Amino acid sequence: MINIAKIREDFPILNRKVNGKPLIYFDNAATSQTPQRVIDEIVNYYSNYNANIHRGVHTLSQEATDLYEAARLKIQKHFNAKHSYEVILTSGTTHGINLVANGFSTLLHKGDEVLVSALEHHSNIVPWQMLCERTGATLKVIPMNEHGELIMSTYEELLSEQTKLVFVNHISNALGTINPIKQMIDMAHKVGAAILIDGAQSCPHIKPDVQELDVDFYVTSAHKMCGPTGVGMLYGKEEWLNKLPPYQGGGEMIDQVTFAKTTYAGLPHKFEAGTPNICGGIAFGAAVDYMNAIGFDAIASYEHKLLNYATKQLLKIDGLKIYGTAKEKTSVISFNIEGIHPYDIGTILDKMGIAVRTGHHCAQPIMDFFKIPGTVRASFAFYNTKEEIDALVKGVETAKMMLS
Amino acid sequence: MTISEIQEEIIDEFSMFDDWQERYQYMIDLGKSLPLIDSKYKTEDNIITGCQSKVWVHAEMKADKIEFTADSDAIITKGIIAILIRVFSNQHPKDIIEGNTEFIDAIGLKEHLSPTRANGLVSMIKKIKMYALAYQTQLN
Repeated sequence: MINIAKIREDFPILNRKVNGKPLIYFDNAATSQTPQRVIDEIVNYYSNYNANIHRGVHTLSQEATDLYEAARLKIQKHFNAKHSYEVILTSGTTHGINLVANGFSTLLHKGDEVLVSALEHHSNIVPWQMLCERTGATLKVIPMNEHGELIMSTYEELLSEQTKLVFVNHISNALGTINPIKQMIDMAHKVGAAILIDGAQSCPHIKPDVQELDVDFYVTSAHKMCGPTGVGMLYGKEEWLNKLPPYQGGGEMIDQVTFAKTTYAGLPHKFEAGTPNICGGIAFGAAVDYMNAIGFDAIASYEHKLLNYATKQLLKIDGLKIYGTAKEKTSVISFNIEGIHPYDIGTILDKMGIAVRTGHHCAQPIMDFFKIPGTVRASFAFYNTKEEIDALVKGVETAKMMLS
Repeated sequence: MTISEIQEEIIDEFSMFDDWQERYQYMIDLGKSLPLIDSKYKTEDNIITGCQSKVWVHAEMKADKIEFTADSDAIITKGIIAILIRVFSNQHPKDIIEGNTEFIDAIGLKEHLSPTRANGLVSMIKKIKMYALAYQTQLN
């Protein structure tokens, strides 16, 4: 069970006012808010432990290294990776995707095919387009239906011996659809293809088990799950990470350097060139601890109630249409009101202290599918309340009245 | 009327409102009186970038003054551009180039002046001034 009053006390930002009104934060799919425990960890790091890691012989460096590596272990445990060195700390989901896409440019050839889902964020489309341009491989799209669900029969038809890679998000950022990734992973493996799951939207809601999923690559960002921005994770199976060449050259990722030849460090350091976001990594670990202390089952069940309540209440508004009506979806509602531009609704809501996202949500192909310029997106987290949803509904009604 | 006289007039009108809702409602109403752009000018070239909504602005020289027309698919954006056009349309290019936009702050729409704002007010002003600069160059 979620003790909502107690949880809200953990988030100092929820006490602030925006445009003179109490903040109602419904842009959680863009970034989540930060609990005091994570903020404390950041302050503690810079107050007591700030040093460069992995190299220093002095105490401070050793302590900072221990904290950073302890965070990696927490993240490993959370995602149930087999080895800690399969957890690469990145600057975020986009970094992780680019790292893998770059690595595959040495493994793909003309005639190979890569599959991407129609539900992807631009960050899980563009790197693969660039990869295909470099290698001559072909990019094919797994289509979706009008509910925003991937059409699995077409996915099956698209898979063949030519398919070398599949990439799909666990949850769509624009529509909230939860994709059947276990099934998709198994199907990809049947034809010998590797698969990358973009977990940026799932990690705040679901605790993925990468071994049980048998996924080849799983990427996410800390800031979507109560951590800081600028840090994230790439999980890769050891065999795949060994096959991929380093992404960036620099310090930390080397074993021996001479001007004639450099040999690379082992995992995970081969992919962690330069001084990492040390504080961010440690705070990421604290965020994982925080969310686990609340419990993902409790989070999922509470957010599901919020989603059902908001869906029901919003649909009472005449002319309101929800995009993304998948059977399996998370606490994201993308909507429009007939004849009103999403930007107008977002602007009016902002004046009432309600933060939503408007626009194409970096998923233009989805907007093209529905033939709309964008949507208003309200995304809920476990620290949101029913009362806040009531305020949103009232706000949308006011906006509709003003804008019609 | 000069640019600064029109700005004073708009400030006066907005000073009658007590809260944001009335101000926005008025702006939305102003949007409805926007001199609409001829559909043939709704081209990619005339779209102002930096806006979440689509905004088109067209300028034509009539005698020695510039006449602006515009449109947008969002109502608030239409209101914003309508205010700008009321200030800058039918003015000499030189006056448009030199005209300031501080009145935006005075009518309580300061938040829209941030260059990172997705409504592109700053881009709209820039576009209007670019047109004026281009016509001024022709006049010279």
